Amino acid sequence: MASHEFTIDDLKRILREGAGADEGVDLDGDIIDTDFESLGYESLAMLETGGRIEREFGVTLDDDTLTDAKTPRALIESVNALLVPTEIG
Amino acid sequence: MNGSGVRVAVTGLGVVAPNGLGAEAYWTATRKGTSGIGRISRFVPDGYPAQLAGEIEGFAAAEYLPGRLLPQTDRMTQLALVAADWAFEDAAVRPGELPEFEMGVITASSSGGFEFGQRELQALWSQGSRYVSAYQSFAWFYAVNSGQISIRNGMRGPSGVVVSDQAGGLDAVAQARRQIRKGTRLVMSGAVDASICPWGWVAQMASNRLSTRTDPERAYLPFDAAANGHVAGEGGALLVLEELEQARARGAKQIYGEIAGYGSTLDPRPGSERPAGLRKAIELALADAGATPGEIDVVFADAAAIPELDRIEAAAINEVFGAGAVPVTAPKTMTGRLYSGAAPLDLAAAFLAMRDGVIPPSIGVTPSPEHGLDLVVDQERTATVRSALVIARGHGGFNSAIVVRSAA
Repeated sequence: MASHEFTIDDLKRILREGAGADEGVDLDGDIIDTDFESLGYESLAMLETGGRIEREFGVTLDDDTLTDAKTPRALIESVNALLVPTEIG
Repeated sequence: MNGSGVRVAVTGLGVVAPNGLGAEAYWTATRKGTSGIGRISRFVPDGYPAQLAGEIEGFAAAEYLPGRLLPQTDRMTQLALVAADWAFEDAAVRPGELPEFEMGVITASSSGGFEFGQRELQALWSQGSRYVSAYQSFAWFYAVNSGQISIRNGMRGPSGVVVSDQAGGLDAVAQARRQIRKGTRLVMSGAVDASICPWGWVAQMASNRLSTRTDPERAYLPFDAAANGHVAGEGGALLVLEELEQARARGAKQIYGEIAGYGSTLDPRPGSERPAGLRKAIELALADAGATPGEIDVVFADAAAIPELDRIEAAAINEVFGAGAVPVTAPKTMTGRLYSGAAPLDLAAAFLAMRDGVIPPSIGVTPSPEHGLDLVVDQERTATVRSALVIARGHGGFNSAIVVRSAA
């Protein structure tokens, strides 16, 4: 099966490493349904974040996946949908 | 509108220099002759012919800049953003309170963000293209300092970057003056360069102009019989430029002086019989300022420390002013040559020299009688400074000169 599930903690770590964190935003707070835009991440930050998710989790994200996922919850679900277990049962 | 009669003032200084962070720290060190040149610490220089540099120490970008900016900026941009903040603070201008299209940013750059670029290129060839930061798309780029200063401060008026090596630091300020004369209220101008990393170092060595001496006190000796190249450094200065009357009308905290005249020329092709262009650049700057040579109280030299280039500069100065007739100084003997950042730092020093009535020294130099210059060495010299000439030459034949004048 895939290495592991993509979690909110993975996302927060990748956001911090790749794009940094806005001082006005508490990434450790409940951000799961907050828009990336209001968290301070514009399109280039999302491109960098997507690139880091791809290489760490061995997935390929469509351009649409990144632009359509407006919130951490949506992005996490899209990434996990790609992390299909390779061995079943 | 024809604004050639519009006087353009400098009302704020932001300095990041190897011998001082902040204008006052830099100026105190410079007046005392304190050098920022030492053995390179940012990488191990053992295998390189040139091992000394003017490095800025004790600069922690995270202390000054938001976390969102750090992963997307090279060191030179981090230094530039902080210098811009300090220049605004010094000018007592809050950019957020001015109309965004009435403020511009025009800086110079000579190499771009080499350290960032080196890291990403290493990732590219060792791990593959997926490991290159999305921010590499602009973090290395010549115009990135202008761009990031513009974004951070909401400045959307006429902006750009000038790339003409060391001369660019003056060319950018001249371009800023043009934009103010056309009606822009305020322009942040000057330059900050920083590329003390292995890739940047190799690129600089390609000029064959770096001193290979290892004694910091004997390495960079412009106008000295022992001159054999320069020490490179990082840093520079940013200046807040405004139209003089508007600056007075808003009650500017201080007016350091005005950008009174500018001239630039290109040298003829190598092997040409025609003379070097530096003298002409100086004459153009004086004519633009409406100044006679006798009015200039000090010359801040380009100070290449390459014997032939020193001869050309000394000859140009002596032909314009008369042999030994004007005090000449090169405080960059304490910082190394900062490429595009060098001349804006000299402009800052010229304004502070006017303010305090002193000419800062060139250090370590025993002037060669061959050059016939009145070089201010070892210690600062008390002097009334009402006008100064700053000279900068760029690799490839760029010559630029600016006359600054007290606005009083």
